[in-house]
Amino acid sequence: MKSVLPVLTVVGVIMLVWVVSVVPMNMHLTADQAQRDGLAVTPDTPAARQNVSSVALALKNTHLIGATYGLERPRLPSPHQVGAELWDTVFDKKITSRRSLVYHGWVTLSATLLGFAIGTGLGILLAVGIVYNKAMDMSVMPWAIASQTIPILALAPMIIVMLGAIGVQGILPKAIISAYLSFFPVVVGMVKGLRSPDGMQLDLLRTYNASGAQGFWKLRLPASVPYLFASLKIGISASLVGAIVAELPTGARAGFGARMLVGDQYGQPIVTWAALFAAAITAAALVGLFSLLERLTLRRMGMVQA
Amino acid sequence: MIWLAIIGALLIWAVGWFINAQLANSALSARRWVQVLVPVLFGVTILLMWEWLVRMLEVNAVILPPPSAIAVRLANEFPRLWVDFEQTIIKGAMTGYVIGACAAFAVAILADRSPFLTRGILPVGGFMAALPIVGTAPIFVKWLGSDWQSKAAVVGVMVFFPILVNTVAGLRDTTSMQRDLMRTYGAGYWVSLFKLRLPAAMPFIFNGLKVATTLALIGAIVAEFFGSPTVGMGFRISTSVGQLALDMVWAEIVIAAIAGSTFYGLMAWIEARVTFWHPSQRK
Repeated sequence: MKSVLPVLTVVGVIMLVWVVSVVPMNMHLTADQAQRDGLAVTPDTPAARQNVSSVALALKNTHLIGATYGLERPRLPSPHQVGAELWDTVFDKKITSRRSLVYHGWVTLSATLLGFAIGTGLGILLAVGIVYNKAMDMSVMPWAIASQTIPILALAPMIIVMLGAIGVQGILPKAIISAYLSFFPVVVGMVKGLRSPDGMQLDLLRTYNASGAQGFWKLRLPASVPYLFASLKIGISASLVGAIVAELPTGARAGFGARMLVGDQYGQPIVTWAALFAAAITAAALVGLFSLLERLTLRRMGMVQA
Repeated sequence: MIWLAIIGALLIWAVGWFINAQLANSALSARRWVQVLVPVLFGVTILLMWEWLVRMLEVNAVILPPPSAIAVRLANEFPRLWVDFEQTIIKGAMTGYVIGACAAFAVAILADRSPFLTRGILPVGGFMAALPIVGTAPIFVKWLGSDWQSKAAVVGVMVFFPILVNTVAGLRDTTSMQRDLMRTYGAGYWVSLFKLRLPAAMPFIFNGLKVATTLALIGAIVAEFFGSPTVGMGFRISTSVGQLALDMVWAEIVIAAIAGSTFYGLMAWIEARVTFWHPSQRK
């Protein structure tokens, strides 16, 4: 609990920087708008204003500073605008509405979770294969490690088109991209985890005359759980990024990615920012959920002190 | 025809796997060259099966081009691929990486003077590192235009948090015994920073730098999906997908993969030179 105050301070500093930067970022737009509304602005032509820095413009027109926080199409929306948009689209819209972020969130989240489940399942299976088969270990493991250094997310647009060409549409292409992004971290983490029991522990099981299967279920698998959770937390956020990026190149109609694109193309920055924050909150909630599960599971298994 | 294709593919797989299994279970498996040869053979087996299946089943090049077509494209279009590489990797990713890393170091060293701030930055930074920061790309493209500056900004923000968290955590990684020793030598803040705490933090810092290499490439490529000049790897990928020129897409992905592993390898190489004293680097 002693880190609550420091965390709040850091978050406060970030918010302060945001609130302060709203003024210079939006000053030119505000000045143009104010002139159209017939207010006095110095200097009084848009061309002359282009040569003035935004900070200087703000100092010359102090009466306009308040207005920078209320623009309809700001360059940088203020926190309260983003908050209001989030509140409006999450709580005040019916969840079946196309403007509801809950609806868009579910579209992205369902693909994320499906893909994450596929990727994690296959990843664990492959890891078991790698640990028990030396040929598999030597052939596949270097590729699994190398795959973490390459930007596999770049494959996303192609996979969508490829699957579209053979008639697979809807949730599945996005889920596949989520799956392969969570797959490799899980493989690498699980291999490390399944190998974590040391020689002493393996020998002990041998003196008990334990079979290979018993060794797996009673020693290797429980020992790999902390590593699994570490990988799951990386995997779930990678899955979410994958699902969002998968929505971009195809012009998807629904989902966080689609919402960001809509805000971008129709000049509604507040929509983009709200979608971005909603995606961030979703990612945080997912990672938080897995941290909680991790803590509960490890405590129940006696691996951490309560 | 289909049967022939499938039997052939299985045969290629069986031969490749047989050789690998023999090598892996033989006495040679501890040798360095065998450890390189086995994964290479595995890769070649996959490529051969891919080529064979695509040719025998006459898969449309719009769905999956054979590896040979990709290689031809890679050789023929090399000048264009090189220009894309320069735009995305050198200008976008590298600039952003350097800016993000420098900013992260600066903030980490400033924050490190106050244990209070450190306790706040670690959880907040770790949290930010897990967020889908790629999503800020449309905002930066709007602010900084569609050329490489906006890509560098996205990359800078993406690499900032992992490097920050690792540097802050690393700077705390000295024991009170070591710090006391520095104090008995009469070392001030700066001397103990440069002689003790920065070197001790290096394994952490390089961890962050290595994670950030992949993020940098992802950021630079994905940000181009939101708007770019008519050059760049992300631009080429999205337009070639539109033109159904998938061999070009694959060629770009090959370049991205090579660039990614080279960048990572470079960082690992520097790490081995800088932190030669660390247990994980000892041979």
